[in-house]
Amino acid sequence: MLAWTIYLSFLGALGVLLLPAGAVRAARITALLSAGSGLALALGYALQFKPGPEIHTLVQVPWVRSLGIEYHLAVDGISLTLVLLTGISAVVGVLFSWNVEKRAKEFFALYLTLIGAVYGVFLSFDLFLLFVFYEIAIVPKYFLIAIWGSTRREYGAMKLALYSFLGSALVLIGLIGAYVVSGAHTTNLLGLATHAFSPEFQRWAFPVVFIGFAILAGLWPFHTWAPTGHVAAPTPASMLLAGVIMKLGAYGAFRVAIILFPAGAQMWQGTIGLLAAIGIVYGASVALVQKDFKFVIGYSSVSHMGFVMLGLMTLNAKGLSGAVLQMFSHGIIASLLFGVVGRMIYDRTHTRELTLLEGMRLSKTMPFAAVTFVVAAFASMGLPGFSGFVAELQVLAGAWAAFPKLTLLAGVGVVIGVAFTLRAMQMAFFGEGAATVSEAESAAHPLEPITVPERMGAVVLMGLAVLIGLWPRLLLDWIIPSFDSPLFAALKKGGFH
Amino acid sequence: MMSYLEILRLAAPEGILVLAALAVLGVDVGVTRTEPRASRLFITNALALFGCVVAFIWMLPGGHPGSVGGLFTVTPLTQLVKQALVVLSILTLLLSVETSFSEHLGEYVALVLLATVGMMLVVSAEDTLMIFVALELTSLSLYTLTAFNKSDPQSAEAALKYFLFGSVAAAFALFGLSLLYGATGATALPAIAAKLKGHALSPMVAVALVMIVIGFGFKVAAVPFHLWAPDAYQGAPVPVAALIASGSKVAGFFILAKVMMLGFAGLEGSGSWGRYAPGWIPLLAVLAVASMLLGNLAALAQTNVKRLLAYSAIAHGGYVLLGVMANTPQGVAAVVYYAMTYGLTVIGAFGVVAVVEARTGSCRIADFAGLGKRSPLLAGALLIFLLSLAGIPPLAGFFGKFYVFAAAANGAKELGLLWTVVVALAMSTVSLYYYLKVLKQVYVVAAPDGAGEINISLVTRVVLVVMAVGVVLLGALPDLILGRLVPALAGVVAGH
Repeated sequence: MLAWTIYLSFLGALGVLLLPAGAVRAARITALLSAGSGLALALGYALQFKPGPEIHTLVQVPWVRSLGIEYHLAVDGISLTLVLLTGISAVVGVLFSWNVEKRAKEFFALYLTLIGAVYGVFLSFDLFLLFVFYEIAIVPKYFLIAIWGSTRREYGAMKLALYSFLGSALVLIGLIGAYVVSGAHTTNLLGLATHAFSPEFQRWAFPVVFIGFAILAGLWPFHTWAPTGHVAAPTPASMLLAGVIMKLGAYGAFRVAIILFPAGAQMWQGTIGLLAAIGIVYGASVALVQKDFKFVIGYSSVSHMGFVMLGLMTLNAKGLSGAVLQMFSHGIIASLLFGVVGRMIYDRTHTRELTLLEGMRLSKTMPFAAVTFVVAAFASMGLPGFSGFVAELQVLAGAWAAFPKLTLLAGVGVVIGVAFTLRAMQMAFFGEGAATVSEAESAAHPLEPITVPERMGAVVLMGLAVLIGLWPRLLLDWIIPSFDSPLFAALKKGGFH
Repeated sequence: MMSYLEILRLAAPEGILVLAALAVLGVDVGVTRTEPRASRLFITNALALFGCVVAFIWMLPGGHPGSVGGLFTVTPLTQLVKQALVVLSILTLLLSVETSFSEHLGEYVALVLLATVGMMLVVSAEDTLMIFVALELTSLSLYTLTAFNKSDPQSAEAALKYFLFGSVAAAFALFGLSLLYGATGATALPAIAAKLKGHALSPMVAVALVMIVIGFGFKVAAVPFHLWAPDAYQGAPVPVAALIASGSKVAGFFILAKVMMLGFAGLEGSGSWGRYAPGWIPLLAVLAVASMLLGNLAALAQTNVKRLLAYSAIAHGGYVLLGVMANTPQGVAAVVYYAMTYGLTVIGAFGVVAVVEARTGSCRIADFAGLGKRSPLLAGALLIFLLSLAGIPPLAGFFGKFYVFAAAANGAKELGLLWTVVVALAMSTVSLYYYLKVLKQVYVVAAPDGAGEINISLVTRVVLVVMAVGVVLLGALPDLILGRLVPALAGVVAGH
């Protein structure tokens, strides 16, 4: 049944397109139904999911016989975590795009196509299939940003599309190499993962595939699409980009590069770990000096995704589980932050300049937005009790075992992270500078109140950030047993613990 | 001694098309010349389509394998490729309905059919003489067709360029083939290979090889023999450009692969990184890499969609050459799959271009602004075709690329040819930029003021939808073709 998350999204997209012209409301409702039923399926599956080392196959049929390509969808604890994240982000994204009027049908069709592709990536256990879904996601992203975006949208959209495509080209080089070298006549992940690739091969194949995926995860110095793309994108698309699309990259880097080439991962552990740690500090430092509120969040994503990459490169159970947890946590928090900045603030004040927002006293005019942002900021900074804390702590604990020096560097990043978050929060909501909007003016043009769909979406995300913060075992109990599956056999032989 | 009946039976599909061409000519010139244009259009096309469909159905069972003294060979593989050629010609004819570049309908349709016959003969030819004659039949028909828009000087210029380049290339090919005959005393490809076997690449054979590659390189518009292509694509009537880009490419690549793999078997050399050895593979590697680089980079600078498609066709030619270089049955399967699906896609793209050109008077990229609003169907079809050309799944172009690249990587030992795949993938990324540039006009940019809806005839609408669905289906379910192609190929390989 879980496979239907993919089909329902694509069917929803088709359904939206077939609606009569101008049926904006129907399009919204169709999109919500489609995304909602996807989430319901994911939740339903999660409730009866028994954690363990098994990989639960959903569908497995031959696809291209002469090449040994299969249509193989399956799920383990790691994919389930991310499928759930996708379901949540999809529903919240629809709620936050309730006010889209311009070409609404096309908007929701592209949106749902993107969601379907994301589900597909997380559920694919055939590398060819995974790659297909990964690339299907490129085109909807482009149009979502180019048509509905804001600041330099066409540039941001094209940059994202080309970066994604370049990344997938790198991935494809590695995949074709692995397919040919293994001689196993299969593209199945399980089939290839049990093949011992020679160290010489892994030495080049690992970085090619890993970086190919990590481009989309915002690994420094391949991250430059992320701030421009996030800023240019319309709010729901930024939420998805930061919420799940960046996770596609991290997931691929984990699921494909590390699983297939564990020896290569060990060879490159230090180098890529260093890039990840630099990304954490760099992203946070740049976020500290941004004038545009959305750029702050954009760069914060680079910083927080650095933790995911760092966790992956620890190659130990703690770090890896922390990385997956951080994917979930950052997905929730980034959606929330972009929701507040893009939808609640920008759509109403029409500015994202922190200096302008400083004089608007938003904490008074938009208390709900302020509260939401404060919660999101606390979670993002890693305050205990929020998901960001447990995830980043888990990553740092894993990293301490693997590379103590880099862990210290990442720790510096955490401190800067607190600084930029507090600065942005202070300026945007609790500004004390001269008022840029007079009392009379704001009385004459009161800001549109926060709508019910926005409140619903925000509450769900805030609740999850707290829930995972207080009860991380909820997800860790799915994730950690997955490391006992045959996929990790080779990694374990190399000293995984 | 083979009976004439047997020859007729083997070459029946070609014969049917020749009869159809003669019938079209006879009816149009002799009977309906004075009738109104619409009914002439209907009659000529109906006759031609009838012939095509009959030929197609004739070949459906996979054909009766056989050979006319090595001159003309029929195998399940050739029948499959010929079916594709017939389908591509049908689509070209159907798209011609939208255009009104000529009053000489009978001649036009007959020439399209004759060009198709030429391509089909190319596919079956296994003898250098036959190959040359068949290639010339194709080329001469195409030169004439390119000049068919008599009211447009560009059309004449394009045809002249195409013709001059083409005849020089034909001279090269012929010279190379005669040297090869001098060296081996044989004209049949397997006999040539048998004579060459065991010998190092002698200077004479090397010259012959280079000459032949130049000649064929022209036919498939590989860099540096591509100079005719952009002008021909731009100046030729759009359906003719579509035929040049699709059918003639399918036939051209098929025969190139056949001559190299069959005729020069044993003289492959090596194009592997760091392990160069003289032979035809390194020659093709140079052409392939040059085509991918120049085709994609030059396409970036184009403002006219037809020229953009021309340069992209050059680039795609480069990708296909990778499959030939693989020098394996898998490589041939990849070449055939790629060429077929590319042909389908590019005819579709030209079909959309034809309509836009007919409505707006030109086909600069800017003329596509707001097409998404003006005609959702045209825009949607173009979206599918261009994304397929860019290699986005689940469209046919994506699987084609994957298949070709996998075959190339698999071809040489220790991933020797992977460097060409790296170039190809890097250049694919470049290509996404210019395809998206067109699609941006279609969907993002608003239509100019006063631009109304674009209405298209029912035939064109149906054809475009069928092609778009085809591109999606063949990409999502490659086994629709591979399920027949791979067994057919296995039979041929076992036969040799």
